[in-house]
Amino acid sequence: MNETTDGEAAIRVTVYRRRAGDTDPHYDDFDVPYRPGMTVLDILMSIRSHQDAELTFRHSCLHASCGTCGMRVNRRERLACVTPAGAPGDQVLIEPLAGAEVRSDLVVDMRPFYESLDAVGRPLLRGDEHNHDGHRLEDCIECSLCTSACPVTATDGRYAGPAVLAATERVLREPRGHDAAAVLERADREQGAWRCHLALECSQVCPAGVDPAGAIMRLRRDLLRRHLALHVHRARNGRRS
Amino acid sequence: MTGRRGVRGWLDPRGRHSGMWTLVAGRVAGIGLTCYLYAHLAVLSLLTRGPGTWDRFVAIAGHPAFLALDAVLVAGLLVHAAHGVRVALQGSGLLIGARRSLMVALAVVGVAVGLVAIVLLFN
Repeated sequence: MNETTDGEAAIRVTVYRRRAGDTDPHYDDFDVPYRPGMTVLDILMSIRSHQDAELTFRHSCLHASCGTCGMRVNRRERLACVTPAGAPGDQVLIEPLAGAEVRSDLVVDMRPFYESLDAVGRPLLRGDEHNHDGHRLEDCIECSLCTSACPVTATDGRYAGPAVLAATERVLREPRGHDAAAVLERADREQGAWRCHLALECSQVCPAGVDPAGAIMRLRRDLLRRHLALHVHRARNGRRS
Repeated sequence: MTGRRGVRGWLDPRGRHSGMWTLVAGRVAGIGLTCYLYAHLAVLSLLTRGPGTWDRFVAIAGHPAFLALDAVLVAGLLVHAAHGVRVALQGSGLLIGARRSLMVALAVVGVAVGLVAIVLLFN
């Protein structure tokens, strides 16, 4: 079992490190004193307070509402504030979200993600306006865990990504003043809904119960129907002329 | 630094769920089948070397170890086909609410067909 230098039971933590100007990332190991009920965020705070004041990470609300502490814990996208740290003797690997530029250690640049959501229109509703189909995108906390987990984003930075496509599907269902035609046109591109390979990881890692994979499939079904209807319409017109 | 996982993001299922595992299995099977296609064409080219060469290959092809490779080929075909059916159905918006059930159903059918194929191969 891991122990600190004081003989306390500890969790061995391996943390991704990269600072501005570093050519390559590296990993640092820390033995963090175990406390019952501690979270991954508690681990990071402990490291920063007692072992390495330069460790950089982002957090805010501490209860899975803000989506700012998204990171990969043991290769899985998690919100650090609500992810159990494990037991004494466990080893925990902590890395930044994938598919985004690393600014410093565990902090990634979220601006491109937010900007892509802005382009769709961020379909947020008031609490008393929830729709009734059980797929409330307004639950999305914009943490980008889905984008990090998606295998397509691993190699293709142009892909719209699960969160944006889920937002697109929501806008189409209830435009509320948004330009639904323009939103749909963006989703109908090669790097839009058709780029999804159905790994379904986006829905698995979502901490808010949003189902981006389901939204993408519904979006593709709607797009398919539109294309089929268009082809039928053209074929009929062609026969008439 | 982009933080992209690159090809590893497509092929590393560690910490992932059933959807990712089926994606990886489908991809690996697809790569294997592509390699098999070229190997198959190379074997067929033996025909140009005359009946003696071909007969010697056919004698090797009946060996149990070679048949085991055929079983691997059948498994690869079934994995790739099952993944393709899943993607075609759900990618078209069908059976959205039955994602896990569809995977289980395809796995059961695949295993059953594979077992029958293996029995037929070795008999």
